[in-house]
Amino acid sequence: MSEYLAGRAQMGTSLAFHIVFASLGVGLPLLLLIVEGLAYRRKDETWRLLARRWSKAFGILFAIGAVSGTVLSFELGLLWPGFMKYAGSVIGLPFSLEGFAFFTEAIFLGLYLYGWDRLSPLAHWLCTIPLAVSGAASAWFVTTANSWMNSPTGFKLQDGVVSDVRPIEAIFNPGTPIETAHTMISAYVATGFAVAAVYAVGLLRGRRGLIYRRALTVGMLMGIVATPLQIITGDINARWVADYQPAKLAAMEGQFQTEKGAPLRIGGIPNPGAGRTDFAIEIPAGLSFLAYGDPGAVVKGLQDFPAGTTPNPVMVHISFQLMVAIGFGLLALSAWFLGAWIAARRQSKSGRRVFPGAVTVHSRALLLAIGAAGFAGFAAVELGWMVTELGRQPWVIYGVVRTSQAITPAPGLVWSFVISTAIYVGLAVALVGLLLRLAAGTRGGGEAEIAAEEAA
Amino acid sequence: MSATQADYLVAGVLWIAVVIYACFAGADFGGGVWDLFARGPRKEAQRRAVSRAMGPVWEANHVWLIFLITGLFTSFPPAFVRLAVGLYLPFSLALLGIVLRGAAFAFRAHGAPEQRTTTPWGLAFGAASIMTPFVLGACAGAVAAGDVPANPSPSFDALVGVWTTPFCLVCGGLALSICAGLAAAYLTVEASDAGDSALAEDFRRRALLAGAVTLVLAIVTLPLLTTEAPGLWTGLTTRGLPLVIMAVVFAAAAGGAMYSRHYRLARLAAPAQVAAILLGWAVAQAPYLVPPDLTVDNSASPPEVMTALLIAYVAGAAVLFPSLLLLFRVFKGQNPAAA
Ligand code: HDD
Ligand code: HEM
Ligand code: HEM
Repeated sequence: MSEYLAGRAQMGTSLAFHIVFASLGVGLPLLLLIVEGLAYRRKDETWRLLARRWSKAFGILFAIGAVSGTVLSFELGLLWPGFMKYAGSVIGLPFSLEGFAFFTEAIFLGLYLYGWDRLSPLAHWLCTIPLAVSGAASAWFVTTANSWMNSPTGFKLQDGVVSDVRPIEAIFNPGTPIETAHTMISAYVATGFAVAAVYAVGLLRGRRGLIYRRALTVGMLMGIVATPLQIITGDINARWVADYQPAKLAAMEGQFQTEKGAPLRIGGIPNPGAGRTDFAIEIPAGLSFLAYGDPGAVVKGLQDFPAGTTPNPVMVHISFQLMVAIGFGLLALSAWFLGAWIAARRQSKSGRRVFPGAVTVHSRALLLAIGAAGFAGFAAVELGWMVTELGRQPWVIYGVVRTSQAITPAPGLVWSFVISTAIYVGLAVALVGLLLRLAAGTRGGGEAEIAAEEAA
Repeated sequence: MSATQADYLVAGVLWIAVVIYACFAGADFGGGVWDLFARGPRKEAQRRAVSRAMGPVWEANHVWLIFLITGLFTSFPPAFVRLAVGLYLPFSLALLGIVLRGAAFAFRAHGAPEQRTTTPWGLAFGAASIMTPFVLGACAGAVAAGDVPANPSPSFDALVGVWTTPFCLVCGGLALSICAGLAAAYLTVEASDAGDSALAEDFRRRALLAGAVTLVLAIVTLPLLTTEAPGLWTGLTTRGLPLVIMAVVFAAAAGGAMYSRHYRLARLAAPAQVAAILLGWAVAQAPYLVPPDLTVDNSASPPEVMTALLIAYVAGAAVLFPSLLLLFRVFKGQNPAAA
């Protein structure tokens, strides 16, 4: 493995690790806001217990998110000095603003986690608002930086010197609105289905109790609301890519030749050697229509870009296909869940009494699908980032700075990659073990815990 | 405001972040040191005190480092790049420490209570709490000595040599003993507020020990400064002299107050001493950010960036400081429930 490849692999691993905690850091506070809000409004101990359990897990997850994020901010310089010497002044501002979001998050998290007995119930619930807002804000800020890497604006670069910097223009670069929207929504999609999945597995293993049905319902509802938005923003995102990063589009779609009325390829494996995509189902003129709104539009193929300016399409195409497949899969699951609920309501004599999560109890298939959706949501997040990051290659700043020019001259990157990956794997294993143990300690519907708490 | 003034203002804000990080997060690292070396009949009580003191605040304290890094790469990119390239290895080690320390703390604090201290995580927590301040202190030494190379030769000797000179190692030790001293000083107050005077006594002895080590290391540093960092030495004995004197006074006050069990006074004097040392360093080294050649002026981002950043800092401070105040009032104030 070359030093350059090791550097890229280390960056990718660190980001892929961090995004899991970052997504949960955006999604979980909103769920806490809802659940603890219900507990407060209705003076309901089950909702309250749910919030308490989640807050424990959130405490651990946030700490891992914070340290893995710190690694990233150093790595920008440790691995990519040739990127930061240009990007620092142009796009540092959103990172600095993100710093304030982190402060807010960390401060209110401290109050939230350790304040159950020190703050009034109302004050405690109110802490979830800054948590949810600052989590979303930090995701927004950092994504603007990534979007700037895709569509850099707001500066001049001449003879290696950056000048005429317009930081606000850099933050609001052409990609910002759509990339930030698609990314932030993905955090709610992934968190929602993941939370529902945890309780679906519990129900599958025969656990019963109100708390399971409620937790599953809240998670599902968040995922169900976010999923259509995710697909709509994804469609806009793809059309944006077609306009601003045509080589990435060609890679996403496995489009090697320039073509009028290009087909939409579903599935398939790009074969760069042969210059075509094998095994794909082709929908005639579908790509031209989706990307440019005109079935006769010309789509530029990878072979017609100047040599050395296109990404390797294999991973990009496959990742994109899987992300889209998961998106529609989650949509189908949403319809299934809602359909089952509506059917159950029709059947029950008392009408409104059926709680959405209750319908799952009788359907193993639905529970299994929800369990799988918990993984699929995060898989889609990771795959989407592979599309964005691998699809931008060979550029780190699209059309301006090549990734190969940005890498550090320091030796030993292979070692650094191996060691850091080992640490991430170790942390992940320890974390999962710990969360499982936490969950094992809180089995049951919570009735016993509530009684114990009331007695105390 | 002229461009130069804006540059110095931003540099000043960042240096204040260094001071706050050292005084608060430094103490969190120090807490890890005392966790590792918990001894005697009140071993478990010592560890509980550390964990209770750090729990609600360590993440907020940690953000000062992120604030500093992002601020540095926004406003002085050449300085950031120079440090990241020249100090690649020690920064990677510090990161390793930061990750292990944070993960270990969270796993222990929120994990299964029955095996809080005996697990490998307990060891990782302590060991990482020692490594991180030591390595960062050594990096500070390399910067102060003007040794961070502009174009390091890509060899392991260059990676290691820069920050392992005797001067850097002493700086590392100094950083570690200062962190340990801060932690012990803060913990005396928390223990005596909780009414546990025996525990306060434990931490008093530890604070005095750390203070003595700091004193010895500081005395060793002085002659090294004259040869390893002559520029800094000149600065410290001229422009920086008032701050050096203040540092000595605060150090004496902290030691005296701790000895005579005036814990609250010691809790103020100890960080004041750290602030005086760090500010003295900054004043003595100005206008250099990374000697021998990178100054505040020649590495600053374009003026539009500095202005935008200053506006962001003012707006951010309006959110940050009230929230921080709330956090520390709820958990560190004279709150009877704090026991
Ligand atoms: C829950 C996760 C999820 C789901 C279900 C989808 N996406 Fe996505 N997608 C992401 C999560 C994601 C992401 C991880 O959040 C990315 C990475 C960068 C970004 O902006 O969002 C992304 C990137 C991304 C990009 C690349 C943008 C770029 O490189 O600038 C495109 C074109 C799409 N998506 C399109 C879609 C479409 C058409 C979907 C239809 C089903 C879809 N995504 C579902
Ligand atoms: C968190 C989700 C993200 C994931 C999973 C991710 C993934 C990756 C991967 C796989 C690479 C290696 C690509 C290659 O070299 O072939 C990479 C590179 C990189 N990413 Fe991201 N990325 C994410 C978000 C971001 C964001 C928000 C930024 C914004 C600053 C960013 C900045 C970079 C940089 C600077 C590189 C190195 C240069 C390059 O390879 O182009 N990434 N990322
Ligand atoms: C799109 C990708 C990213 C998203 C959505 C995101 C979002 C978040 C969120 C929500 C947190 C809060 C911690 C938590 O809740 O667990 C966080 C932490 C952090 N992130 Fe990211 N992040 C992303 C990528 C990055 C990148 C590329 C960097 C750095 C270059 C970064 C730097 C940090 C830092 C330093 C922290 C720690 C903050 C603390 O101590 O509280 N993040 N991130």
